[in-house]
Amino acid sequence: MPTDIQGLGLGLASRFAANPLVRKYGLAKPAEKIAYAATKKGFQLVQKGMAKKNQNKQKDIKALPAPAALFDLSLTEEQQMIRDSVKSYAENNIRPLALAADENATLPESLLEDAQELGLNYFAIPENLGGAGQLSPMTSALVAEDLAWGDFSLAYAILSSSSVVNTISRWGNEQQQASWLPKFCEEHAYNAAIAVQEPQPLFNTELLSTKAKQNKKGFTISGTKSLVPLAGNAQLYLVAAQFKGKNQVFIVPADSKGLIFESSPAMGLRGAEVGTLKLDKVQLDKHALLGINQPQHKAFNYQTFIDSSHLNWCAMAIGCSQAALDYLIPYVNERYAFGEPISHRQSVAFMIANMKIEIESMRLLLWKAASRFERGEDFHRDAFLAHHLCMDKSMEIGTNAVQLLGGHGFTKEHPAERWYRDLRVLAIISGGLQL
Amino acid sequence: MINLEVPKKLRVLVNQARQTADNVFRPISRKYDKAEHDYPIELDMFAAIMDGMNDALEDGGAGSGKLRQGTKDSSQIQNGINMTTVLGLAELCRGDVGLSLTMPRQGLGNAAIAAVANDEQLSRFGNKWAAMAITEPGCGSDSAAVRTSAIKDGDDYIINGEKIFVTSGERADAVVVWATVDKNLGKAAIKSFVVEKGTPGMEVTRLEKKLGIKASDTASISFNDCRVPRANLLGSEEVNVDKGFAGVMQTFDNTRPVVAAMAIGVATASVERTKELLKKQGIDANYKRPAKLSSQLEAEVYQMEAELEAARLLTIKAAWMADNGQPNSMEASISKAKAGRTANDITLKCVELLGTVGYCEDELLEKWARDSKILDIFEGTQQIQQLIIARRLLGKSSNELK
Repeated sequence: MPTDIQGLGLGLASRFAANPLVRKYGLAKPAEKIAYAATKKGFQLVQKGMAKKNQNKQKDIKALPAPAALFDLSLTEEQQMIRDSVKSYAENNIRPLALAADENATLPESLLEDAQELGLNYFAIPENLGGAGQLSPMTSALVAEDLAWGDFSLAYAILSSSSVVNTISRWGNEQQQASWLPKFCEEHAYNAAIAVQEPQPLFNTELLSTKAKQNKKGFTISGTKSLVPLAGNAQLYLVAAQFKGKNQVFIVPADSKGLIFESSPAMGLRGAEVGTLKLDKVQLDKHALLGINQPQHKAFNYQTFIDSSHLNWCAMAIGCSQAALDYLIPYVNERYAFGEPISHRQSVAFMIANMKIEIESMRLLLWKAASRFERGEDFHRDAFLAHHLCMDKSMEIGTNAVQLLGGHGFTKEHPAERWYRDLRVLAIISGGLQL
Repeated sequence: MINLEVPKKLRVLVNQARQTADNVFRPISRKYDKAEHDYPIELDMFAAIMDGMNDALEDGGAGSGKLRQGTKDSSQIQNGINMTTVLGLAELCRGDVGLSLTMPRQGLGNAAIAAVANDEQLSRFGNKWAAMAITEPGCGSDSAAVRTSAIKDGDDYIINGEKIFVTSGERADAVVVWATVDKNLGKAAIKSFVVEKGTPGMEVTRLEKKLGIKASDTASISFNDCRVPRANLLGSEEVNVDKGFAGVMQTFDNTRPVVAAMAIGVATASVERTKELLKKQGIDANYKRPAKLSSQLEAEVYQMEAELEAARLLTIKAAWMADNGQPNSMEASISKAKAGRTANDITLKCVELLGTVGYCEDELLEKWARDSKILDIFEGTQQIQQLIIARRLLGKSSNELK
């Protein structure tokens, strides 16, 4: 911030005050009085000027007075309702499936069909196509947190299709929205997934090895994607690829020739049944490039696409971390050692306190980024920092969750070792989800 | 509606504070770091200007002398005095923590007076600069172990004891002293008294030489049969074993986010300057590539920025809760714990990253790294904040989780 006129005045006043002559001749007190009066007047004027400016603006647009934009952390009534129902769904319908899904590395059979009742796909879809027309990154972040509180990898599976819906609703052109979105409103689950990640060390979202080319029929696309969820049951994929030197997203029907899904279980995310998607010169039609022919202001933005996916992973990491804390608090209170609950030891209690501190930290960074995204403001720095922090802190929480349970934490008797594995993906994955 | 931006209506004030930091504090920062016990005379002029600013503000301005818990009103969200003070002070401390601490009429005693004084006391002490005297040679964080006594004698109390680490203890017009009215009744018997400068029996015995915040005086004060009128007792005179200490501790819910804000200020200064200096070396941490694909140095900068932003938002949250009448003891401690340690880590890391440039006195970075340490200590150390948070989460008393 450059020095303004007030700053200049302050600097001068300060130098005046320090002048020895001022003290010697008793000038300080009278000068202070003048300074007080002058500042009060001047400052009132600045304020009035601002108030006037605001009034004028309102008159010009003849709109209802907008609510004052205050710092606020309260959820809207609607958000609170959604949160309550998602949280109870997570507790009753997701938690009970988590252990077996992880052990068998299988997506529970009815999970996606049952999760239809949450209606997650409807929010973003435009009203004329059968949805609610409310694409809300902030609300999506709340939903993602609470689902992942139930289970991290099952939340990934459930959010996969709605992430595709969000992406097409945000950037798809009219033709693309009309041909794909209504499928997500049907009674049976229409499954879809986003594929960005590629299987190489130091993978960089900016340097994709998956490439697309234009030909007479449309486009061909070739490459390999990893950590793609849903066991090859998706009917539609959004695939990130380099095209004409830029990173783009292509809409790829799963039954396209040359597309193969191979199961490839990982350390975590096992309930989502992740695998490798191989595309070998897959032929796509002319409408396959997401947002093709959209006007500039609606144009696809790859940076935002990546940032949004990171924020979704952050939200899930926060939900999983919160689950760990909620699990550990009763445990450390009930576990006795040396004649008292282990929670009476500072070495244990402080780890709990730090988990809380960092969960709150992560949540506020996420909320700031997601709410800026929602208002259409630039949020790259916020998403970047949120992702950085969530990576670091959630993995630490995953580690400490096992540590606090001691030897028991190392066994499958407790879910901590699953959180330990699932949370590692924060440092690995890009894409896959979309607020 | 979720919004984590600084509200428009406070931007004038934030800018004002920033101008002050750049034009009043920074130019004299090094001068009073070196001249440890000299009074920064520039601040009298500045205090007058600030009073003018505050009195011009429609909602009464900011400052520790005005902190109070808001009232709960779910229909309307407030961004009030706590948030204003937190945002303003963070900017001032971006200029200089020591100078901010020695700003006339902004002492912690003022916060205590604002929180619990009655109308009569407010009219007598509201415009006085008040320091806070809690710590004693034998008790620091364990403030319930206060030994300074206040014995009732007619319409007066007679205070005896020794206080140390009193910020602005020499310069302030009055000191809010914590003393027990009955040692046998434990912490419920601890009351606070306003003792005005010049009261017979009160004497400043020593000024500390410190690691940092040298512009701020830290005094030892002894009380020998110091007679104070009963009307100077803050809060209720009655000793209530059930409630007791809680009232005295309540001040901390408002002042801890303020100290957290100071930490954010000095950490912001360090990160800003470090980024400037690194840029001159061709290292521009501009969020283009994720940390794991960047240089170690860039990754360190990202880490600092993420931690700082988290601390900043936690602090504003704690203040926001106070403004809106929501109980915020835990959040106040969370903000203080996070901001205190983060500021200390960051300012030290900046010195480390910049080598000689960071370590030598040509830059203020080494000073900030010294100044920041106190912010993880006073107004409740890191460990005390963690105890408070853990007890709250685990449902433990101070006897169980010690």
